[in-house]
Amino acid sequence: MQTTSILSNLRAVTSVFSKSHFHTTSICNEVRLLTRLRVVDNSEIGKQAMMEGKPPKTIHVYNRQHVGYIGDKVMVAIKGQKKKGILVGLKQMQKVRVPRFDSNNVVLIDDNGTPLGTRIFVPIPTILRTILKKKTLAKGADYTKLLAIASRFV
Amino acid sequence: MLRILPKNSNYFVNSQFLFLRHSSSAPAAATNEKNKEIANYADKKRIKKGSKKIPNDFRFKYQDFLPSPTARYRNSLLEKLMRKDMLERRSQVHIPEFYVGSILKVTISDPHSQGKTNSFVGICTQREYTGLCTRITLRNVIDHQGIDVAYDIYDPLIQKIEVLKLEKRLDDRMLYLRDALPEYSTVDVNMEPELLAEGAPVPVNETIVKMKPLPWMQKWERKELKGIENLDQYLNLWRKQQREKQATPWEKYDLMKEYRRTIPEEQQNKIFSEIFDRINKINEEHKIKAKAARRTITKPQNIR
Repeated sequence: MQTTSILSNLRAVTSVFSKSHFHTTSICNEVRLLTRLRVVDNSEIGKQAMMEGKPPKTIHVYNRQHVGYIGDKVMVAIKGQKKKGILVGLKQMQKVRVPRFDSNNVVLIDDNGTPLGTRIFVPIPTILRTILKKKTLAKGADYTKLLAIASRFV
Repeated sequence: MLRILPKNSNYFVNSQFLFLRHSSSAPAAATNEKNKEIANYADKKRIKKGSKKIPNDFRFKYQDFLPSPTARYRNSLLEKLMRKDMLERRSQVHIPEFYVGSILKVTISDPHSQGKTNSFVGICTQREYTGLCTRITLRNVIDHQGIDVAYDIYDPLIQKIEVLKLEKRLDDRMLYLRDALPEYSTVDVNMEPELLAEGAPVPVNETIVKMKPLPWMQKWERKELKGIENLDQYLNLWRKQQREKQATPWEKYDLMKEYRRTIPEEQQNKIFSEIFDRINKINEEHKIKAKAARRTITKPQNIR
């Protein structure tokens, strides 16, 4: 008798919260450790991961703040592998003239900066041209290759 | 002024209070008969006084010339200097009349793009701050990706601001489009401008949007929005209770708040009479320029 009443109480409590997408914290729009990203290029691994509904998780951000800003390099865990990527669109509030996207977008690259895919499906902020050119050093990886496969700039 | 006004408060509309203190917030769909009466009355009053006849829609058209709705940010000297700079900027770039809900095209210079310019088309979803710092946010869905871009309208990098469709919506801030279904914020990028007859009233688009399921970016149910269809269907018991708990229905009767947020009519007239001649001149100059530009485009066809 008692157990059933407890169960019914529990059900009442869970019915309130289960539908409500209950969070203990506010929605985190920053790209930090373990943030889920959206792969927007047509690389095989990226497409498969998105199709399965297992978008990549950020496991490292290559800057001092450990918060990913636009044009930053991140390491992601995708389908059990470690891959690198460039953030090409953020959900977080942006500066004036820089577009704010509805999802955190990433384009996968290899160590030399060559993108794994051959096309990017969504628009890319035009300020990335400036940022990525600045980040590309003479002997390091060439991140500007990513701009060549973009379909549209905003 | 730019904040959301308590829309359903007929209390203020009826009171004589509004005659003297114009709130410059563009009352989206509030142009009912009562308001017209009030406007007529105010006009008559002004003519009696013999002051410079400033059109009644100036406080909506040029609301960025008015002081901030937050009283502690006001500074008459700074505002005066800002107005001077704004007029200078307006003489260079035509900043047309637009409202939240209008469709705009903003072209900015961009050193790395091919034509050295970059333009974005979208619905204006909010208008923040006043004076030189006035900022607008445009939203569009391009390639199934929702994009918001903010622009300072007096930014020197801006080359052109075009209004593709002049209209108002039911709300003063439409950030909820981020959580609405994408079709409500989708605009054709290559849209042709739709022209309105000169002097025609700005039409009100009474579209009511459907939202995506929760989670949302903000608690829209607490903001007294008119443009969302049946918000209750998305909410659970907990959220409905919280909304009731947090509601402040007495705020629309707070005379002091209203007083602080609005600018008195005399003060508005003073500001507008200061810029009136210059701004009309600037507008005419831009009209002539636009006509000349149109003529140069049509010429080659006639020559053949």
